[in-house]
Amino acid sequence: MNNIAHIHRDDEASKLGMWLFIFTELLLFAGLFIVYGIYRYLNPVAFHLAAEELSVTVGTVNTVILLISSATMAMASTAIRLKNKQFTILLLLITLFIAFMFMTNKYFEWKGKFEHGIFPGSEDLLRLGHGDTLFFSLYFFMTGLHALHIIVGFVLITIVCYRVNNNTLTHENPVLLDNSGLYWHLVDLIWIFLFPLFYLIT
Amino acid sequence: MNNHKIEHIVPYRLYLIVLSGLILLTLISVGVTYIELANLTVFTAIFLACIKSVLVLVFFMHLKFDNKLLQILVTAVFVLIALVLFITFLDYNFR
Repeated sequence: MNNIAHIHRDDEASKLGMWLFIFTELLLFAGLFIVYGIYRYLNPVAFHLAAEELSVTVGTVNTVILLISSATMAMASTAIRLKNKQFTILLLLITLFIAFMFMTNKYFEWKGKFEHGIFPGSEDLLRLGHGDTLFFSLYFFMTGLHALHIIVGFVLITIVCYRVNNNTLTHENPVLLDNSGLYWHLVDLIWIFLFPLFYLIT
Repeated sequence: MNNHKIEHIVPYRLYLIVLSGLILLTLISVGVTYIELANLTVFTAIFLACIKSVLVLVFFMHLKFDNKLLQILVTAVFVLIALVLFITFLDYNFR
């Protein structure tokens, strides 16, 4: 026996716990996708016309940059294991920057909708009818909930970045980085389905 | 559990290849909306999104290199979601 104090750590269990949390998130969004699917099925024409209000360009740009940020986050997991601290921080900062860009695009997109009188409970929307109201309520709720996840991910990655910088997170205990990565990929995963459902199927 | 076992370090190159695949699939899914596919539009969009999500799960989320238990659990959750979707639509279709 040695006298060195042993701090118990179970990375495999931490990862499993993170995945269990991700399952609850997946089921939450799956429920919303089912609601969307049913309402679309019941109001095909209104959903078709309402979806044309959304800019495919903005949606595509956001999809591509979010995919890039997912790749840089995944690469950070490799970089920390290769003991490349500088590159890890660079990759994390790129991820944070892209998250910020995504939110900026989202801000202008929502702002444009608000200026056109389209927001939950607006008079213009009520005049458009039941189907449009449903489409835009779901649009604001689901992209809003997704944006909330982006903000949470942003905070998590900031903490990881700070800890990598002051050497409390290294190649010996990269589990927090890995789990934040899993969360970030979840955010990406949800967007992969939100994008075609709201922007493309018109 | 053992925290010090030799881990599989995924090379950067693999992530970059997967990323280019994902971007390509995104551009394809935008491209096909300009082609009139009628009923197939929804199917193609969902199908391409499914391929993309599998790529993210398997490579970015590291499932390819994880233990069997996790692989089975993740698959089970997606099967569950698919079943619930299917049954809900059956209900609405034959109501």
